Amino acid sequence: MTQETVAPPAPATTTVDPFIDELLDQPSAAESTEGDVTIQNYTINFGPQHPAAHGVLRLVMELDGELVERIDPHVGLLHRGTEKLIEYKTYTQALPYFDRLDYCSPLCMEHSFVLAIEKLLDLEVPIRAQYLRVFFAELTRISNHMLNLGSHVMDVGAMTPNLWMFEIREDCYNFFERMSGARMHHNWFRPGGVHQDVPLKLLTDIADWLDTRLPQLFEDAISLVADNRIFKQRNVDIATVSREDALAWGFSGPMIRAAGIPWDLRKSQPYEVYDRMDFDIPVGTRGDCYDRFMVRVEEVRQSARIMKQCLAEMPEGPIASTDRKVVPPKRAEMKRSMEALIHHFKLYTEGFHVPAGEVYVATESPKGEFGVYLVADGTNKPYRCKIRPTAFSHLQAMDFMSRGHMLADTTAILGAMDIVFGECDR
Amino acid sequence: MRASAPRWATDLNDATIEAARGAIGGALTDAREAVGEVQLSVHRDGLVAALVALRDTPGLEYQQLMEIAGVDYPERAERFDVVYNLLSVTRNHRVQVHVATDEDHPIPSVTGIWPVAGWLEREVYDLYGVLFEGNPDLRRILTDYGFRGHPLRKDFPMTGYTELRYSEEEKRVVYEPVQLAQDFRTFDFLSPWEGAEYVLPGDEKGALPQAKGAQTPLSADAIAKADAAQTPTKEPKASSEPYEKSTADSSADTGKGAAHPHASPEPKDPDVLPTPNADKSGGQNQ
Repeated sequence: MTQETVAPPAPATTTVDPFIDELLDQPSAAESTEGDVTIQNYTINFGPQHPAAHGVLRLVMELDGELVERIDPHVGLLHRGTEKLIEYKTYTQALPYFDRLDYCSPLCMEHSFVLAIEKLLDLEVPIRAQYLRVFFAELTRISNHMLNLGSHVMDVGAMTPNLWMFEIREDCYNFFERMSGARMHHNWFRPGGVHQDVPLKLLTDIADWLDTRLPQLFEDAISLVADNRIFKQRNVDIATVSREDALAWGFSGPMIRAAGIPWDLRKSQPYEVYDRMDFDIPVGTRGDCYDRFMVRVEEVRQSARIMKQCLAEMPEGPIASTDRKVVPPKRAEMKRSMEALIHHFKLYTEGFHVPAGEVYVATESPKGEFGVYLVADGTNKPYRCKIRPTAFSHLQAMDFMSRGHMLADTTAILGAMDIVFGECDR
Repeated sequence: MRASAPRWATDLNDATIEAARGAIGGALTDAREAVGEVQLSVHRDGLVAALVALRDTPGLEYQQLMEIAGVDYPERAERFDVVYNLLSVTRNHRVQVHVATDEDHPIPSVTGIWPVAGWLEREVYDLYGVLFEGNPDLRRILTDYGFRGHPLRKDFPMTGYTELRYSEEEKRVVYEPVQLAQDFRTFDFLSPWEGAEYVLPGDEKGALPQAKGAQTPLSADAIAKADAAQTPTKEPKASSEPYEKSTADSSADTGKGAAHPHASPEPKDPDVLPTPNADKSGGQNQ
């Protein structure tokens, strides 16, 4: 942590030599007694390069001793102008930008965008594609929570659980690679469905993994910290947030559930096939960092439950809409059909047209409500694509949540917020 | 609705518009439902009172401000739309509140109603230059320290005006005017003969686009309504109801395809020409 003390106001004395002070006709510092020295608040700069900042966050903290008086988060150091770039791209070309928002849960970012496009198009998605989307969105949730839970415990001093949970995360990335060919930036959800079907062996492998490796590693890792005295001392009653505050500050996801409001978009505003899934929503009781942690822990178990139901129910069938004006044809078709070739050419140059209208579509990403406010003007490019990041409202609450806590607690608070700057800064 | 977008209580849309008319009164300039979403247009002078009414009136109860989005329409006199997306967790309903303004006229800040508005307004100010009166901390938030201009305005070039690099001579990062190695390339794929503004006689009959994604002069709302009229409405399933897995009648309902792609004739696709030796075809590049 870099420490820079703010230049104090010009001192009343310039020297400690009483003789010179007398010459200058000013009171002398040498004569002052201990009680005269006022201790000033000092300001330190946390980040932008700091392991516990989870990216490029700069916190300008005003401290009174070790107590936090005020925090001014400076964000935007990772601003890449995603929304501006999207306005210059066709809908298909804009999709990969969403992977790069929250790069820890890329599929959930794509999800809001493709649902917004489909809502404007009023396009039906085949049922298998819906199951595949839900299935891999939940795997994304597990992989995201592995990173967050692991780094949270590491921020407050535990090492081992993080290593074990990174094992799970590595498994997830291997599955993602087999699903889409890419480990991080999948670009796999497409308007109208998904890009490619997955091999059956992948689904059976994930099913085995859900039964064996995930519970073993995960429960072992969590058993080390969930009842751990040190972990509780660092998290219980840290940064409690009331229900009223959670609503007023625009919280969503695990943050609002930890505050005691059972609000989950998968349950209350079900999209895809979530209304067919049987799962529970964990809710916190005190709204502190420990609750946020435990809500995420339980969400991992519930995600595994949803994935098992998907595997049991997923039907065969097409994985994307057969509407050739939106979804490009398969390669093999193009070899034999002129019509398919034309469609392919038109879709990859001009793209499809989205009728004029504006929608706000929000899904439950692992971090909370991730929304896309999409304004279409009837052409092949979005007129405006406003991305509603989860981190923006959560990070803004950092100031009031940290007030009065110790400096060391800020890392726990930040860790329990689950912030990724690709999404926050866009 | 055929799309699988989040399904909230859209049956409350009409009641919401009625309640909003009563609660907001004269400041409400327009209220409409489009693509299943309620859009309220409010004059900026009455914004704070309108949002307080939306939050506190029983039957509206929008507790959460999820998002403030700016939109730029340079051809309008009041070129900016600022859109407040509100969420009611008790009624499970969303609403958009649109406010129009220009560069000079500030919008009253809503930080007094929802503290979360602080950063959201800062962002709209940063990217569009819309002023918010009463925001205690209206600094830039996303762009660089010392940035000039408002990058999401439509007249701001995508490449920006400055670029930065690390200067070996000065041992620091320096800003320079942007120099493009090649001209900025933007391709207009809209074929001119499809974007004609006149309507040929007879065209008005086939108003709906031939397929989803084809170019159409219709709005998304008109298409959604036409689709809703064509397709029979299905009762939404309660979440507690078990999903019947294999009792669905047709493959169109379930999306269930053939067991093996070549075991039985594939469904008729107009794009595919039947070939005599389809299963003997080699790789995709042959």
